[in-house]
Amino acid sequence: MKHPDKKVLLEMFSTMTKIRLFETELQKFFAAGKIPGFVHLYLGEEAVATGACAALKQTDMITSTHRGHGHCLAKGGDLKLMMAEIYGRSTGYCKGKGGSMHIADFNIGILGANGIVGGGGPLAVGAAFSCQYKDTKGVCACFFGDGASNQGTTQESLNMASAWKLPVVFINENNGYGISCPQSKSMAITDIADRAAAYDMPGVVVDGNDVLAVYEAVTMAVERARKGQGPSLIECKTYRWRGHFEGDACVYRSEKELEEWKAKDPIPRFAKKLLDTGTATQAELDGITASVAADIEAAVQFAEGSPYPTPEDLLQDVYA
Amino acid sequence: MAIKTYLQALNDAMRQEMERDENVFIIGEDVGKFGGCFGVTQGLFDKFGERRVRDTPITESAIVGAAAGAAAAGLRPIAELMFVDFIGVALDQLFNQAAKMHYMFGGKAKVPMVLRMPQGAGVGAAAQHSQSLEAWFMHIPGIKVCIPSTPADAKGLLISAIRDDNPVVFLEHKILYGVEGEVGDEATPIELGKGDVKREGTDVTIVATSLMVHTALQAAEALAAQGINAEVVDPRCLVPLDKDIILNSVKKTHALVIAHEAVKTAGAGAEIAAMVAEEALDYLDAPIVRVGAPYCPVPFSPPLEKAYIPGADQIIAAVKSLR
Repeated sequence: MKHPDKKVLLEMFSTMTKIRLFETELQKFFAAGKIPGFVHLYLGEEAVATGACAALKQTDMITSTHRGHGHCLAKGGDLKLMMAEIYGRSTGYCKGKGGSMHIADFNIGILGANGIVGGGGPLAVGAAFSCQYKDTKGVCACFFGDGASNQGTTQESLNMASAWKLPVVFINENNGYGISCPQSKSMAITDIADRAAAYDMPGVVVDGNDVLAVYEAVTMAVERARKGQGPSLIECKTYRWRGHFEGDACVYRSEKELEEWKAKDPIPRFAKKLLDTGTATQAELDGITASVAADIEAAVQFAEGSPYPTPEDLLQDVYA
Repeated sequence: MAIKTYLQALNDAMRQEMERDENVFIIGEDVGKFGGCFGVTQGLFDKFGERRVRDTPITESAIVGAAAGAAAAGLRPIAELMFVDFIGVALDQLFNQAAKMHYMFGGKAKVPMVLRMPQGAGVGAAAQHSQSLEAWFMHIPGIKVCIPSTPADAKGLLISAIRDDNPVVFLEHKILYGVEGEVGDEATPIELGKGDVKREGTDVTIVATSLMVHTALQAAEALAAQGINAEVVDPRCLVPLDKDIILNSVKKTHALVIAHEAVKTAGAGAEIAAMVAEEALDYLDAPIVRVGAPYCPVPFSPPLEKAYIPGADQIIAAVKSLR
């Protein structure tokens, strides 16, 4: 496997920082009552989406989850269109019809975030089938959580993808909790990747807070998929800093546990690696952070300055 | 034109559309060499091969979801479930995924898939293989619903369904598979949402769907012998529903009976009756009467199943009750 060059590495740093700042802003705006509905933040898990999507081409596809902002940003989603959508504005990705849980951009392979736990697996299988059918050499990455890994749809999808050697990369984000239920109460196994053996596909566990480890594992799985060798299951062990949703009091976990995971923050960890290896200077990283912050500020301005949809839009787009 | 069965007409439609469009493929349980649970895909595997006629594991969520995902990514899947009753296993992929993508994603996504499912009682298949569930699909915006009663309609509607850019639920009746009728050789689509008057009449409108169209026609013949001239209207699609053909008929006959095999309670007939009451109540000379299955699961034993399925006698009685 080719080691990522400086450009790719700095792009990863930029993406992780973008997700971090985007979600931090959303947390603030949600608390201020500016954002309607539910918001599920990706804070703490940035390395997974970033490392995985860095291993994909723009023409490759992803299916995402209810905690999907990170996936969409990492796949190249537009900050302004995302922010406007989450604000419920007509200028958003879905004209305000979808919101946080339903962001999609088919032009860059984002087949949609998904409000149903385990909902994306079969769709990823179908998208990968289309790649195989048309021999595009494309792949579809399917993000799903530890909770979703227990759903029948996920098992059906793993099975169909392996039976047909479809180019799917199943990327499990194991953040330890299905809403409030710890993994130890919802499954008997420690490593979700073990389930790959049942479907005769590679199953690997990676440190989900190490963006390069994720990148390497997904890159290998993507190469395998493109060669027609079938799907893989990559389990990324990580942790969500916030509750399942904004407003979750998190009574089911300890402050100590959270602090332990915050000490494993993927962003400073990656920054240190970039500095230690001489890949980037602190000034370069600061420059990236400042640039990303400015982009997000512009996205907020765009969203807040955008109109809401009107009642006339209600019945638009029910049918194609 | 040739005399063909409903089953052959469906098979023709799929074959012709697959010849026309490389993106059309078939996915489902035993649709390959086996030819489909009822034989509807027979011969297509031999003609198009495994790439385009794909047997699946017995996992309905993955079948429906993979069809939706493939459709979203640009293909035109025809998915088959062996029995409509099995949609319960896969509902999320239809209702929350396929049906919602276009609207929820702001009009950008298209999900041009067909989900073919046989329904109906009459073969002794009992409670989990005999239901008529069309009303469920009507209740979820984003899905179109076809429910053809004749071979010609089956072919024309399936062609349109395959070419449509939305998820289309295509409900076949297992008893109708062997019914014969004239079918054109060409691939001529029938517009979705256009009903058909199957028998013209002046005294009462009978709106019927699927197998009940045939039952209603039998009833109409019997009524004609008694001097009552019934018009039989087949909407052919429930979504979009051809309201005009129903309203125009009611405005002419001033009386309405609705017949379907599904359970009467909260069935498609309730929606049609409500629509007519809202839009043409003043034209009615008598209350609307619905004929449907009783509120119980489909029973197994032949005399019970016979008692379950609405018959021509019930439609005749319904019409006579208007007088």
